[in-house]
Amino acid sequence: MKAEGIQAASWLLIALPLAGAAILLLGGRRTDKWGHLLGAAMPLGSFAVGLAAFFQMLGYSGNARIRHLHIYDYFVVGNFKVDMGLLIDPLSISFVLLITGVGSLIHIYSIGYMAHDPDRRRFFAYLNLFVAAMLLLVLADNYLGLYIGWEGVGLASYLLIGFWQYKPTAAVAAKKAFVVNRVGDFGLSVAILLMFATFGTVQFAGVYGGIGHASQGTVTAIGLLLLLGACGKSAQLPLQSWLLDAMEGPTPVSALIHAATMVTAGVYLIVRSNPIFNLSPDARLAVTVVGAATLLAGAIIGCAKDDIKKALAGSTMSQIGYMMLAAGLGKVGYVFAIAHLIAHGFFKAGMFLGAGSVMHAMKEDVNMRKYGALRTVMYITFGTFFLGYLAIIGFPGLSGFFTKDGIIETAFNKGGTSGAVLGTCAVLGAGITAFYMSRLMFMTFFGEKRWDDDVHPHESPLVMTIPLMLLAIGSVFAGGFLVLGGFADFLAPVVGAQEHKFHWVSVPGTVTLLLMFAGVALAWMQYGARPVPREAPRGSFLTVFARRDLYGDALNESLLMRPGQWATRLAVYFDTKGVDGLVNGLAAGVGGSSGRLRRVQTGFVRSYALSMFLGAALVVGALFLVRI
Amino acid sequence: MNYLILSAILFTIGAVGVLVRRNAIVVFMCVELMLNATNLAFVSFSHQHGNLDGQIIAFFVMVVAAAEVVVGLAIIMAIFRSRRSSSVDDANLLKY
Amino acid sequence: MIFWLIAIASVPAALGMVFVRKAVHSALLLAVVMLSLAVSYAALEAPFLAFVQVIVYTGAVLMLFLFVMMLVGVSSTDSLVETIRGQRLATGIIAVAFIALLSAGLGKVVLGSAKGLQAANSDGNVMGLARVLFTKYVFAFEVTSALLITAALGAMVLTHRERTTPKATQKQLSQERFLGDHPTPLPGPGTYARHNSVDMPALLPDGTASELSVNPVLARRASTASLHADLHGKSEQEAIAEDVAAVKEIEK
Repeated sequence: MKAEGIQAASWLLIALPLAGAAILLLGGRRTDKWGHLLGAAMPLGSFAVGLAAFFQMLGYSGNARIRHLHIYDYFVVGNFKVDMGLLIDPLSISFVLLITGVGSLIHIYSIGYMAHDPDRRRFFAYLNLFVAAMLLLVLADNYLGLYIGWEGVGLASYLLIGFWQYKPTAAVAAKKAFVVNRVGDFGLSVAILLMFATFGTVQFAGVYGGIGHASQGTVTAIGLLLLLGACGKSAQLPLQSWLLDAMEGPTPVSALIHAATMVTAGVYLIVRSNPIFNLSPDARLAVTVVGAATLLAGAIIGCAKDDIKKALAGSTMSQIGYMMLAAGLGKVGYVFAIAHLIAHGFFKAGMFLGAGSVMHAMKEDVNMRKYGALRTVMYITFGTFFLGYLAIIGFPGLSGFFTKDGIIETAFNKGGTSGAVLGTCAVLGAGITAFYMSRLMFMTFFGEKRWDDDVHPHESPLVMTIPLMLLAIGSVFAGGFLVLGGFADFLAPVVGAQEHKFHWVSVPGTVTLLLMFAGVALAWMQYGARPVPREAPRGSFLTVFARRDLYGDALNESLLMRPGQWATRLAVYFDTKGVDGLVNGLAAGVGGSSGRLRRVQTGFVRSYALSMFLGAALVVGALFLVRI
Repeated sequence: MNYLILSAILFTIGAVGVLVRRNAIVVFMCVELMLNATNLAFVSFSHQHGNLDGQIIAFFVMVVAAAEVVVGLAIIMAIFRSRRSSSVDDANLLKY
Repeated sequence: MIFWLIAIASVPAALGMVFVRKAVHSALLLAVVMLSLAVSYAALEAPFLAFVQVIVYTGAVLMLFLFVMMLVGVSSTDSLVETIRGQRLATGIIAVAFIALLSAGLGKVVLGSAKGLQAANSDGNVMGLARVLFTKYVFAFEVTSALLITAALGAMVLTHRERTTPKATQKQLSQERFLGDHPTPLPGPGTYARHNSVDMPALLPDGTASELSVNPVLARRASTASLHADLHGKSEQEAIAEDVAAVKEIEK
């Protein structure tokens, strides 16, 4: 159905932040004074439009909630026609509200956080660009538009990770993120090409309409390629290595892009493509395996990091692993994946911003071993962070409890060996999550002071703490609101209706709860009851393993980089000796023979005339042979 | 028929002259001889086929020959003026 | 019959033209070839062309050659020694091959008996030619005008010399003359006109011969004795001595 009313103006959602980015980037220094205000106002405007569209949607029911807004014919080549249009449905509106809502809070927070940065205007321009691209990603009604947004957020991510490009680590991290994302983008682009080759269109409606007629192999191939794309963007195994390095960017960036929104684009892609995955159990299985492996890997990495942002990044990986696992579990899973995604968006953004607030207080030091006892000086930050902490470990009644338990239960409900294995992974992951988050909590806010001498922590200004408080409210209530408030029915037009009832008490839930308390207790014994050394101890093999990101970089280097370098060297050798040798030899041969042939040019007209005469004789001879 | 053979002989003699003589004026005369030989061929073909086109072509050859002689001799004069020589072998700067 | 006369006249003349040393002789032998060709045109029922051949070629073109030869000078005697290695041999081989091929080709063509031009020349050869020239070939005819104009302009450009200094005035010329070696005119040739030749030097008052009185081009000629009938076989020096003796006799 066509979009009406305020939904017909939903192009404003994208246009507003895009205009903000354009004004700030093109306006240059003239906009320095008020650039951050404009930058913060644009996502707020988008949020207002999104809210209005949301409420209008609530007025419809059932499939009428899916609305199309045709904008223009993007291009027409032969019978390949791409209509650029927006798709306003429950799934996309959920994302719109998350992106613009959390995004606005982070923009406001950044006003305070970046107050002393000379390039604040540029920062806001990139943030706006990101919001515009992300909204295009979730609102596009075809895979090509999604791909444009997908690349747009990749670009914004690159620009923002490398925002402090004078730091070599930041520049390298930005490059790494870009390169690793390329691998995933390659998968997505091939998937889109395959869709066009199979269905002749890249519109969601066309692809999903024709998916029933495609062969099982094609569907699985498309599914696996989409999974590759999702792995790149969402930092899932084996393309996870960029996310930890991406923490080199400013903290609001980590909160917005590398926790709340962009990294969840992979989950969105898989949930959006649910008609494809519904038809391919193999692709679904791959998604769950990737998700389960990543949730454990991320959790283990999170246990060993002393850098507060990297610990949170490991946690993000792990949580997105949960979402992927859920998305791979099918119909019920989609709902929990998105619910967990939204809840995670709130509590993880809140904790990242809290971490930013802590760093602000500690003179940009990220080493948790130099924190301690911060609850005594930063009440608001501590309070909001604590609520986020409770939410992520799944404390009963808070967001994580509802969404994560839902995922664990769904995994066990899958049945069979795979269901048991996946469920066990998820339960274990919940225990480890409790451990590392408690570790982070105790090292940062409890224990004795381990500050550097010249550090005098203080609470952050209101412009930073108010977003923290709002996000904390979201952390507490979002999960329960979604799971108990009929989110499954809300999403039904997109992912299909399903019977689902949340169990307050269940066997996996109880085990999870017990493991959670065990994790907290273990962390307390390790980091709460005993003093934390300021220098990191050498640690066991497992600790080193986790500190090194499970040797992910080493693996990449030995498996990809070294052979790549060898291949390059081989190619260079072949080029210099083989190709160049051939070319140079040819040139030398031509040059040498020309040098000899040159002697024919004696300068004597009569020699030339002689050769002409010879030519004439030959022509006569040839005529004689041919004609007679 | 005989005239054609005569024409071929005269043409070849002219060509040989062009190739062996070094005095530019003589070379030119040999070129004229070659042109005259072709004229003879044209005229005898005209006689052979019974139409006048061959003679007309001979006229045009004469016109071209006249123009060529004028320009060629002017060139010889110009070269002689600057190099004090009318030998074609002396003008051999344009070479490898 | 007439063909053989023409052939016997023209082929040796052409060969001679190629192989004589002196350019002037070449030109004269070329004239023989051209005149014999004119005769052959007449024999091939092309009377107009025959006259044009005589007038244009033998008359105009050859005269042009002779004029240029006069301007270029008497040195236009060639040494017949070949300087490019293998040129003559290659020329000979190719020439033989060429004429052999051409003759063989012509020999294979079956031409039948000549049709003759009685029909075409029924209104007279000139009328026939004009009819073809101004109808069928009128465009080519017009184009030749452009060619001729271009050739004339080209010849003018090539022979034109740009004056780099202002033209000398009468005054300057006379000043130059009086500052130079000879204020007076150069001595004229042939004192007392005992010999009617421009290459006999004039006698100075003391009885010696003046080299200045003879054109330097003529003076370069080594022996002129055989060319002067009025010297009666004597050499130049003997004639001069005789002249001096005759003058002294009168003075007594």
